[in-house]
Amino acid sequence: MSHSTSHAAHVAHDDHDHSPEEIKKHVRRYLLIGAALMIGTFLTVWAAFIDFGKILPGGESVNWNVIVALIIACAKGFLVAGFFMHLISEKKMIYSVLAFTVFFFAALMILTIWSMEHSNIIHLQS
Amino acid sequence: MEIPYAVKPRPDTGLYNAKVGIWLFLASEVMLFGALFSSYILLRVGAPAGTWPHHWLNVLLGMFNTIVLIASSVTVVLAWASLKMNQFNKYRMYQAITILCALIFMTIKSIEYGDKFKHYEFQLKDGTVVDGHIDREKSTVKVPAWIPFKLHGEGKIVIEHANVVKKHKTAAENHAELMEGPAPLSKEAKEAEERPEYEFESSQVQAFSNYGPWHNTYTAIYFTLTGLHALHVVGGALVIFMIWGPLASVWRKDPVQYTNRVEVSGLFWHLVDLVWIFLFPVLYLL
Repeated sequence: MSHSTSHAAHVAHDDHDHSPEEIKKHVRRYLLIGAALMIGTFLTVWAAFIDFGKILPGGESVNWNVIVALIIACAKGFLVAGFFMHLISEKKMIYSVLAFTVFFFAALMILTIWSMEHSNIIHLQS
Repeated sequence: MEIPYAVKPRPDTGLYNAKVGIWLFLASEVMLFGALFSSYILLRVGAPAGTWPHHWLNVLLGMFNTIVLIASSVTVVLAWASLKMNQFNKYRMYQAITILCALIFMTIKSIEYGDKFKHYEFQLKDGTVVDGHIDREKSTVKVPAWIPFKLHGEGKIVIEHANVVKKHKTAAENHAELMEGPAPLSKEAKEAEERPEYEFESSQVQAFSNYGPWHNTYTAIYFTLTGLHALHVVGGALVIFMIWGPLASVWRKDPVQYTNRVEVSGLFWHLVDLVWIFLFPVLYLL
């Protein structure tokens, strides 16, 4: 690309966190995270075919399989959001926007779970 | 008029405006999918015992699609990194793979969807539940593939590799047993593939439908969640394609703005991947 060479310094000038040298180091990290996400996927599938209720304590009342699957999914989500979306080194402005999202998302989930525990709905057992 | 801070960071936020914009949008997207996940939880917990299917979708296809989306997320971030290193050709190659991954994902998703529309459950008047694909050549009555599910005329219906449950007295109990079915990839599931065909008269049919969104609350939330996600895949791939192809000349005019566009479209793509990371275990595995 002959036309692009002259722009090299221009692109890199944008912000020093993302200089070409820094980016080169990051590429290796992106590939490693990609590999970790693939492993995480196989791990989730493997875990789904094991009955953790028989292995872990309190299996009658706690659905361990759901907990294990969600822990793996959260770990994978952290890798994507943290590194691919650069959230571990973002500007303050983005964090303040996302703080609202985290709060309302957590509220939504807590209300959902809370409503389940305090529901008076009688389920018809077929 | 030039739009301010489209390229240069705004002094107070330290960011170019599009980045603030995409994050505000992604924040609203998280709430949109969050509301649907909340609906999923309530539907699942509220489902009468034995009516919520487990391991009912094809796990191998779901896992393959997860791998495809993760691979595309890696190529998106590598494409952006290539632009930062001024390697336009590499960027072109990586985004071409991303678009290809999006196409593979959508192809597999449509195969999965198509199978659900071909898959029927018949509840017969004596309580028997028959489940499987209709042999349209051997059947003498036309069975609709869309609502309303009503049979017109008399005739026989032939189901290929039928899964027939008649152990219990009521259709509801037989249906519950059917939903519990063997886990895919298990020995029982493989044996089930060799089941014989099953034939019955249309006059015996009490109720029936295919496994479209109308079948039960599980298929309703399954089609809603994955359908909305699939729309995001299509939308994201279109934007990435537009920047990659028709708008590629922007790179020559303003490489920083071009790189920013790639970054913003990439952030959206990662969110699409992130949502699928949760959808896969929730719908396919739990």
